[in-house]
Amino acid sequence: MSVETTPASATALEPSLPEGGRGDLVRRLVMTLGPILAALVIAGCILLAVGVNPLTYYGFVIERGLLSPLGVQQTLTRMAPLLFLAAGLIVAFRAGMWNLGGDGQFLLGAVSAAAAGPFLVQFLPVWLALVCAFLLATAVAMLWSLLPALLRAYQGVNEIITTLMMTFLGTSLANVLVKLAFLDPSTTVPQTRTLPVEDRLPRLFDTTISSGLVLGLVAIVAVHLMMTRTAFGLKLQVVGANPRAAVHSGLGVPTLTIAVFAISAGLAGLAGAVDILGVQGNVRADWNPAYAMAVIPMVFLARMNGFAAIGFVFLLSVLSIGGESAARRLGVPHHFTLVLVSIVLIMLAVAEYIDHHFIKTRRV
Amino acid sequence: MTGLFSEVFLAALLFGAVTAAVPLLLAGLGEQMSEKAGVLNIGIEGMMIFGAYLGFVGAYYSGSLWLGFLVGALGGMAVAAVMALLCVRLGLNQIVIGIALTLGLEGLTALLHHFQFSRSYPRLPAADKTPIPLLADIPVLGPALFQHHLVVYFAVALVFVMICIYRRTQLGLNLQAAGDKPAALDVAGIDVIRTRTIAVLTTGALAGLGGAYLANVGAGIFIPFITNGAGFLGIVLAMLARGRPLWVLFGALLFGVCLSLTTAMQVAGINMPTDVIQMLPFLAVMIMLVLFGRKASLPAALGLPYERGAR
Repeated sequence: MSVETTPASATALEPSLPEGGRGDLVRRLVMTLGPILAALVIAGCILLAVGVNPLTYYGFVIERGLLSPLGVQQTLTRMAPLLFLAAGLIVAFRAGMWNLGGDGQFLLGAVSAAAAGPFLVQFLPVWLALVCAFLLATAVAMLWSLLPALLRAYQGVNEIITTLMMTFLGTSLANVLVKLAFLDPSTTVPQTRTLPVEDRLPRLFDTTISSGLVLGLVAIVAVHLMMTRTAFGLKLQVVGANPRAAVHSGLGVPTLTIAVFAISAGLAGLAGAVDILGVQGNVRADWNPAYAMAVIPMVFLARMNGFAAIGFVFLLSVLSIGGESAARRLGVPHHFTLVLVSIVLIMLAVAEYIDHHFIKTRRV
Repeated sequence: MTGLFSEVFLAALLFGAVTAAVPLLLAGLGEQMSEKAGVLNIGIEGMMIFGAYLGFVGAYYSGSLWLGFLVGALGGMAVAAVMALLCVRLGLNQIVIGIALTLGLEGLTALLHHFQFSRSYPRLPAADKTPIPLLADIPVLGPALFQHHLVVYFAVALVFVMICIYRRTQLGLNLQAAGDKPAALDVAGIDVIRTRTIAVLTTGALAGLGGAYLANVGAGIFIPFITNGAGFLGIVLAMLARGRPLWVLFGALLFGVCLSLTTAMQVAGINMPTDVIQMLPFLAVMIMLVLFGRKASLPAALGLPYERGAR
């Protein structure tokens, strides 16, 4: 096969640099931490502008998200859905498909799990009910991605736009389902029926950390290994690097496209299910944490590497748990986390450019 | 059912359709120029929301809607300048930066809104309308189409300006070439980076203006996430229009009717949950994409940064 298999990072910010000795490691560390620091400073200036002391804010975030025992357990629990989403995005992005519809798929998965879970535990053993709820969430999310997948595979319609449109539709549909189909008649709050705490995913040891974390870690490692170690993963990478070359080397690109969307959306649906069955227990009307949009930058920052993504997802989780706490104490809305994440992303992209450029000119 | 088809109702429906269509039209025209020049501008949603925020702030503090529009357009342009610097000059990935800009500005405007307006939620007074003489006296159509704010007429006129630019000017050809075969443009002695930068900045100004219109005239208020995908709808319009400004106008009006219908149905007391109604415009987009998506052609070099001498 004479296909030029450029690494998947060709679709990422910049081609990743060759791994080298210790000097290289130091440089990579500097090039990662430097931009993050710069972003913290810029975001700090925004905080100053609205009259909040950035040091107090960052102090709260670190204390709550990272240092306090309760906070760190919440952080680790929050990682579960984020890891599933990241896993789904890694598959899609490595295969060169921009699944930006994660939020719709997540919410529909969540609502399906919330509808199925409390209903099924009445008849089935708890473990079987949970498995069924997971499967249903996966199937529904997969189904939701079918239309963009078919349009991309057979009509060549840009999937960025179709998945975005489907996410707007999915968010509304999830609300409709919560309010009309699966409304809990016993409360006045519009929400689905609640899965009893004892029937949710077990907690790890003596902590409050949901075992969803383990599932999320398994998912992202499995996805990473699938993309890097299996023939199927290689095929997807080829499709991502050069679809035309993929066709010429005899790959069934349309089928692979649909498979990619199914895996990616299925994982997003699992993310919704793991959040509901592990933590929330029900879906409230108008609930949309928009995790998928926040995870997308993390996956880029990790250069679509599963193990690096775990680190960045942890960072996002700290920021989001700490940010929610700081929001309550300092009155800074949690939207600030979005601002911070996007500045980090832009700074890292610029740093990578400078690094790349610097290397190139030095070699010449 | 008399309420549904009365003249007043019909006029209100069409008036609402035009009001809803204008931001989409401006965003669609802007995105079209970017795409022609080979830049897929996912950051347009961010440009719009920033334009909406600054437009509202400008109009609220100065008391002048026009100053608001100006500030809004400049705000959109400022975001576009960042995008142009990172994606056109430095050649960073357009989709990544676009998503980052959109997310960051949605967060930033929500943050600023929280500190400035979340206690009072101030509103702007209703915008002045400029009726077009004679035409405004036509029953139904007059009040619906010819009694709008001046920006509306400007937006429609812009469609024809764009047609002129693309068909008759050197700039139009340059833009087209920058998207289809940037290397050829470079060989012809024209700066690809500069051409694309012009396109992106124009997009920013139009998207910012569209956002400002949405907040100042459409809603009269700024609330976080007010654009709610209007920028993305602009991208759809640009994609389906295949480079024709007039098609963007028709598409925008079609979506405008959809959006206006959703409000009209609520006013008419049709018993349907708001969530279902909110789905209608996006449903319309998906149907359009299913029907016509195949024909949506995009420039050859769309999304690819241009680097001289690189293959």
